[in-house]
Amino acid sequence: MRNTIAFASIGSFFSEKCGGEIMSRISKEQVKHVADLARLSFSEEEIEKFTTQLDAIIGFAEQLNELDTTNVEPTSHVLDIKNVLREDVAVPGLPREEVLKNAPDHKDGLFRVPSILE
Amino acid sequence: MSLFDHKMRDLHELLQKKEVSVSDLVDESFKRISEVEGKVQAFLTLDEENARNKAKQLDEKLAGGDSTGILFGMPIGIKDNIVTKGVRTTCASKILENFDPIYDATVMQKLHNAETVMIGKLNMDEFAMGGSTETSHYQRTFNPWNLDYVPGGSSGGSAAAVAAGEVPFTLGSDTGGSIRQPAAYCGVVGLKPTYGRVSRFGLVAFASSLDQIGPITRNVEDNAYLLQAISGVDPYDSTSANLPVPNYVEQLTGDVKGLRIAVPKEYLGEGVQASVRNAILEALKVLEKLGATWEEVSLPHSKYGVATYYLLASSEASSNLARFDGIRYGYRAQGAENLIDLYKKTRSEGFGDEVKRRIMLGTFALSSGYYDAYYKKAQQVRTLIKQDFDKVFEKYDVIVGPTAPTPAFKIGAQIDDPLTMYANDLLTIPVNLAGVPGISVPCGFDNGLPIGLQIIGKHFDEATVYRVAHAFEQATDYHKQKPQL
Repeated sequence: MRNTIAFASIGSFFSEKCGGEIMSRISKEQVKHVADLARLSFSEEEIEKFTTQLDAIIGFAEQLNELDTTNVEPTSHVLDIKNVLREDVAVPGLPREEVLKNAPDHKDGLFRVPSILE
Repeated sequence: MSLFDHKMRDLHELLQKKEVSVSDLVDESFKRISEVEGKVQAFLTLDEENARNKAKQLDEKLAGGDSTGILFGMPIGIKDNIVTKGVRTTCASKILENFDPIYDATVMQKLHNAETVMIGKLNMDEFAMGGSTETSHYQRTFNPWNLDYVPGGSSGGSAAAVAAGEVPFTLGSDTGGSIRQPAAYCGVVGLKPTYGRVSRFGLVAFASSLDQIGPITRNVEDNAYLLQAISGVDPYDSTSANLPVPNYVEQLTGDVKGLRIAVPKEYLGEGVQASVRNAILEALKVLEKLGATWEEVSLPHSKYGVATYYLLASSEASSNLARFDGIRYGYRAQGAENLIDLYKKTRSEGFGDEVKRRIMLGTFALSSGYYDAYYKKAQQVRTLIKQDFDKVFEKYDVIVGPTAPTPAFKIGAQIDDPLTMYANDLLTIPVNLAGVPGISVPCGFDNGLPIGLQIIGKHFDEATVYRVAHAFEQATDYHKQKPQL
């Protein structure tokens, strides 16, 4: 299949070096920035690995650029549903003890977190 | 012979005639689990005490003559990303290792109303991200047909448990093929309903515009009964469709005379393994013999499905999985200095690599400066993919092809190669992007590993999908074969 062949060539692309550096569409610095946005932290070694893998996946995704999508409406979901409205009726929420049951830390009926202000 | 060799309708009759009790059915399940679960490892949690108590209650009702529904007393297994009140729900992730849901998913409410008995929660790829059930934080699940092979995924536990005879009925979820592909690999029947057919309330969200819950069973009729029970509009899910739910079983007539089948040439292309292609061509002959006709068509944008899917699904996932922050539920890392540090430590320790990879890809695709080039572009290609389907369905009743390009692969073979792993979903992903229903039914074997036939229908036309699947099933005996465990 064409796609499988494309994957294979991307796979071999991992190991191709260019002047001693792996060619990339995404830099380690960018990966660190994205990790920060995603509230994830990685070791240097993991950053290396994710940079290589994300680079390959993004490279693969760029095949979409073969298609001219000028004036094509984006699809966010497939149903002909727009806003679904209902009467604003007050109903009881979940009991507080139940809601706190799964919290790793809570006190006086509230979720407890580390200090936010320095 | 196992009680579960009977289809649901026959089990229902045996219950009515008092030849079998609900406790017998539940015993059968736990007996089989004790025999084979050590090899298959389909379950993450067994709910034995509750199941046995429920069975006793139902048997009392049965004695009083109060057991009208077809699902009454039926043992069922549930994928571990569907929340079950009071029964641990982990999504096979460390980050939810101790999560005890305080409400039931709508499908669980419906199953309780239908008086089924839940046996336990089933293994899956972490947060349904994967195609082999190998990304589960807790355990691997093994293909009952050959224990060296994966059961598929992400609903690998749901498919393997049915194939192994541990439970006759399960629910899975399907975002890019996660019901159909494991059903194909394990030789069972799995349906992804039309987007909006089944409420997603209480399904832990992965990609909200694609996710659907659906049934996995040994045969088409059981599958139709189960879908019937879980379908319908739900005030808690505003994307659930306000349409009547047809009687699917009534329409399993076995008659496909005059049915027009489209076979996309992209679905029998060069990357599809020869054994799979041959099995599909044989299946088409069977359908022809039954009076259907088929023609080759093109879904020209199919080859862009995988890239489109990984951008959109990962983008949605990066947003949906932001809720796992160690504050309100789930795992919390120790020793954090401040709130941001707590989020980062918790998420980095709590999520596995595949989940992190997709959160990273999604965050990147949605980030400032890249949104139009990746996310919006993928949404536009999604439109083109959907239009391909619309066009084919103007002339044809169903689309038929393989469920996956190959039978199951060996455990460990693809886990370090995300792009090859993603390619397994090539033939299932476009169905989710278009939002149409699709089923996988057994249609052959290659070296003892099952092959799945995929039948795809128009929006909300599960009835035709089932009718074709059932007619094929009745004309063949692949579904009657069972793995030797």
